[in-house]
Amino acid sequence: MPEQDITQNQEELLEKLQQQLSEVRQTGLDLLRTLQDEEGLQQWRSNFLMRRAVITEIMRNLSNLPPEMRPVIGQAANKVKKELEARLKERFAEVKQAALTHSLNSERLDVTLPGRKPQHGGLHPETEVLREIYQIFAEMGFQVYRSRDVETDEYNFELLNIPAHHPARDMWDTFFTTKEGVVLRTHTSPGQIRVMREFAPDPIRVILPGMCYRYEQISARSEIQFHQVELLVVGRNITFGDLKGTLNDFVRRLFGREVRTRLRPNHFPFTEPSAEMDVECFICGGEGCPVCKRSGWLEILGCGMVHPTVLKNGGYDPEVYSGFAAGMGPERINMLRHKIEDIRYFWANDVRFLEQF
Amino acid sequence: MQVPLSWLKDYVDVDLPIEELARVMTMAGMEVEAIQVVGLPMPEGEKHEFKISGLSWPEDKFVVAQINEVLPHPDADRLILCKLDDGQGERTVLTGAPNLYEYKGTGPLDKPLKVAYARLGSVLYDGHKPGWELTKLKKARIRGVVSDSMVCSEKELGISEEHEGVIILDDDAPTGMPLAEYMGDVVYTFEVLPNMVRDACIVGVAREIAAVLDKPLRQPQLTVPVTGPSVEGQAFIEITDPNLNPRFVLGLVKNVEARPSPYWVQRRLRLAGTRPINSIIDATNYCMLEVNEPLHSFDYDVLVKRAGGKAPTIITRSANPGESLVTLDDVEHKLEPYTILVTDTAGALSLAGIMGGLESEVTPETNNVLLEAANWNFINVRKTMKADHLSSEAGYRFSRDLHPELAPKGVRLGLDRIALWSGGEIAEGLVDVYPKPYEDPVVEITGEYVERSLGIHIPIEMIVELLTRLEFECRVEGQTIFVKSPDHRTDIGRGVIGKADVLEEVARLYGFDNIPASRIADELPPQRRNESLEREERLRDVLARLGLQEIITYRFTTPEAEERLVPPDVKLPPVDYVRLANPIAADRTVLRRTLLNQMLEVVERNVRQRPHLALFEVGAVFLPIEGELLPAEPRRLALAMTGQRFLPAWDQNLKGEMDFFDLKGVVESMLAELHIEDVTYAPGEHTSFHPGKCANVWRGDVLLGTFGELHPLVKERFDLEKAPVLAAELDVEALLRQMPMRFETVPVPVYPPVLEDLAVVVDEATPAAAVLDVIRKAGGKLLEGVFLFDIFRGPQIGAGKKSLAYSLIYRSPDKTLSDKDTKKLRKKVIYMLEKELDAKLRS
Repeated sequence: MPEQDITQNQEELLEKLQQQLSEVRQTGLDLLRTLQDEEGLQQWRSNFLMRRAVITEIMRNLSNLPPEMRPVIGQAANKVKKELEARLKERFAEVKQAALTHSLNSERLDVTLPGRKPQHGGLHPETEVLREIYQIFAEMGFQVYRSRDVETDEYNFELLNIPAHHPARDMWDTFFTTKEGVVLRTHTSPGQIRVMREFAPDPIRVILPGMCYRYEQISARSEIQFHQVELLVVGRNITFGDLKGTLNDFVRRLFGREVRTRLRPNHFPFTEPSAEMDVECFICGGEGCPVCKRSGWLEILGCGMVHPTVLKNGGYDPEVYSGFAAGMGPERINMLRHKIEDIRYFWANDVRFLEQF
Repeated sequence: MQVPLSWLKDYVDVDLPIEELARVMTMAGMEVEAIQVVGLPMPEGEKHEFKISGLSWPEDKFVVAQINEVLPHPDADRLILCKLDDGQGERTVLTGAPNLYEYKGTGPLDKPLKVAYARLGSVLYDGHKPGWELTKLKKARIRGVVSDSMVCSEKELGISEEHEGVIILDDDAPTGMPLAEYMGDVVYTFEVLPNMVRDACIVGVAREIAAVLDKPLRQPQLTVPVTGPSVEGQAFIEITDPNLNPRFVLGLVKNVEARPSPYWVQRRLRLAGTRPINSIIDATNYCMLEVNEPLHSFDYDVLVKRAGGKAPTIITRSANPGESLVTLDDVEHKLEPYTILVTDTAGALSLAGIMGGLESEVTPETNNVLLEAANWNFINVRKTMKADHLSSEAGYRFSRDLHPELAPKGVRLGLDRIALWSGGEIAEGLVDVYPKPYEDPVVEITGEYVERSLGIHIPIEMIVELLTRLEFECRVEGQTIFVKSPDHRTDIGRGVIGKADVLEEVARLYGFDNIPASRIADELPPQRRNESLEREERLRDVLARLGLQEIITYRFTTPEAEERLVPPDVKLPPVDYVRLANPIAADRTVLRRTLLNQMLEVVERNVRQRPHLALFEVGAVFLPIEGELLPAEPRRLALAMTGQRFLPAWDQNLKGEMDFFDLKGVVESMLAELHIEDVTYAPGEHTSFHPGKCANVWRGDVLLGTFGELHPLVKERFDLEKAPVLAAELDVEALLRQMPMRFETVPVPVYPPVLEDLAVVVDEATPAAAVLDVIRKAGGKLLEGVFLFDIFRGPQIGAGKKSLAYSLIYRSPDKTLSDKDTKKLRKKVIYMLEKELDAKLRS
């Protein structure tokens, strides 16, 4: 082939390749502008920049060109590739931004729609209040002691200084069983004897929770079965002042720091002196409200120094040891705190009540 | 106990505001339950520590007036016109009071009638309406006569329910005096504590108040001179058992005339809750309310007649077998040997200390009264009252143990009041037989003892001072105080008990509020765990976390209710229950033996409230033990689930009712959470459950419980919905014993797992647990997990077969498993399945 022809052919080829590059560039940029999503951009990348793209083809074939043409075409191809890559990157950013903007502008929830409720269970309100009582007393060094529901007359009455036909027996309306001398405990106090007999002569600081039973007409205010929590402290130097201090600490933690308390003399056969503790109404702060029946006070627990007969029956010499005891009704605490107006709710177990706790 | 303030003031000077006195009483151990204002100004303000009700009589509206003449109404027979003077002038007042009829048209009265007069604008109770309805006096014209004021009845003034006629005041009532000033009152009602029967009388209450306020107490005084001949020889007493009747006292008053008591006596009795009858009976009631000793008045002439004209002999004894007595309420009582009787030579006269007999009762015609005051064994009195369902004011007091010294005191006062209000002549002396004198205990206490018990130092002199106010006699020797109990109370014991009794009195008078609070300084006891409680609470937490709601049910039930837990045609051998001797309701006769019945009752009650129910209860059941007094009280756990598996939401509605496996999942998760491992499940037999949908949970050879779907015939016996009801009852003791003291963790794996699926075809009868067992055994330590993800049945695999598809996770703690490793494992698993269960790999 004459040299002239060769040169001419080379120029034609050069022109053709340059033309090709320019076309690819133009088509690529035009198309790129129309693409709106990442998927399209990925496709575009593979069409214009990857293995099968025209530019890649041209660059791959550079070695087949005459040596003097290689730098010219190489540089031109590279320039186009760089430009396309740069434009693609920009475009990616734009598309992402557009998508974000769209999502932020268009995806609007009705936040007032209800949430999906996870299924969950719960504890009975009595379990909750009992635990709270355990917890407060645990921090004061009291431990929980439980004893049986079905008791002998001896433990429920006799050993607690309540002999048969004693006037104090009128204080308890008792469920008797068909077995002579077997009753449903009317209070958790038989546990006092049991715990003393078990632990004597150690000092004692326990609380005695449990279900108790009384023969009473069921009404909004009284139940035939109810929880009681008693506390019992026995030691060599336990005083009435300790009784006051311990109960004050307890009710202040249960009802709030500021509540005032007062002790009214009362009578329980198993304690002497005996008292009833009133707590300043924590609803109205003592101003008088329907909960405290306008008196400003709430009757919360009975208490007193352990009667010498009871100490003796428990195995402690009353000349050496002294102690105090107190008892309260967790249902009453729950009722006061949660405005429960009917004690029958507790054992009726209506889920519409239970689920509120 | 109802205490009229005016009466109280006879014995102690109190001028405290109305509520302040109630506070003093309450803090002295007489907790005031209600305050009834009768005429005095109402305490002001919104806040009242006590329940207050009643009516005030403003001074300008209510006054004492005197009726000078009673005229007939010109136009109406049943109405009369009273010309009265209210201190400001003469008025004419219209009334229909029947007790004024007798004066109608008799001209100006010689002795004007004193009445309670309410002027125009007064607010008082409407006497004609039931209950207590207030009304305001307005000007009205009744049959042509203008009426703008009123002569009042007790009801209209809020004194009592009495509205038969108007009040006729005592003659000495000063005309024109504001009524509130003349007889305004306040009644305090309180419950007498069992150990404070001494305060069931006005003097007793006054004594406590005087002690608290440190004021003198005035004792009631005798006013009528004793002029009659001696009682000696006119009556005799024979006590057969001094333990039953430690003292018996008689007094005699002759030539009495029963008439209405003075108005102030009637008013006091009514305010204190007793109905006035006549001046004799009123005197005995008045004295009882005054000093606590119940008195009984006999018609002396009836006794003489019964004794054949001779001086009667009163004999006290216990009732003979088969004996009976008609009491004055006209009820015949069959008597038991523990009943003490007051009799004479002709037979029983009264139930000692409780109620008199009909025959010897005083009547309006009685001339001579033999007055009894005695002392009775309180236990016998209680027994009789309980057995015969008797109640009386006397029985109330005697059953709480009165002091024998009250008897002579009571008779003397009684004779005096009878003579004062009924006329007559008091016989000199008393017949007083006292075979068993009460020895007032002397208790020794020291200042050190008081300090050690109360935590505050009270000087000995102060202790003595406080006790003396309550009439204890104190003698100090060195550091010891010898405290003698006063002769009006029996609640002070002896020895160490007496010390506590006296201590209580010191603390009470010193004031509980004045004893400073302290924190326990004594030694802390040895600390002991309560593992059974701790574990039980953990169990509750786990179940609540698993989505179950705790319930607590009645421990009472009936055998019939629990019988519903078996299909009607199944007869189980009868079981023993803890039975109540005095059930309060027909559906609460025994203590439960199972939690399931009550659990299902709660499901019944709630099943229509919620689409999804999942409940649990932890609690005791009561199982009588042959030959033992007390039953076993093991704790059980009951679970119940029914309804939709998923809660519906607004954008999804996943249907599906819970079945056996939902409950099993809960049981499994619960056991896992409690770290109880190696649990096995086997088909169970339980009459409450569907025979094919019931499982026992075992750990080794310990049966933890049974669960399943409720038997269709059992389900029918409860009011339930269509959805299956799943239930379980587990033995909490056994369950919690299986909880390990501690558990170990395994390290988090560092090498990747190899996952692969495996489907095997086995006989329908092969339990899934057996397949799982073989896979686990074959996979050994490198098999980290196996999950059943599908069960398939169909013609492709043949009849009587099922295909179980598992995902297996292999992992080694020390290296990344190679293909070769896993291939080997897979081969072993397949080989073992084929060998042990004749399983075929499904490809």
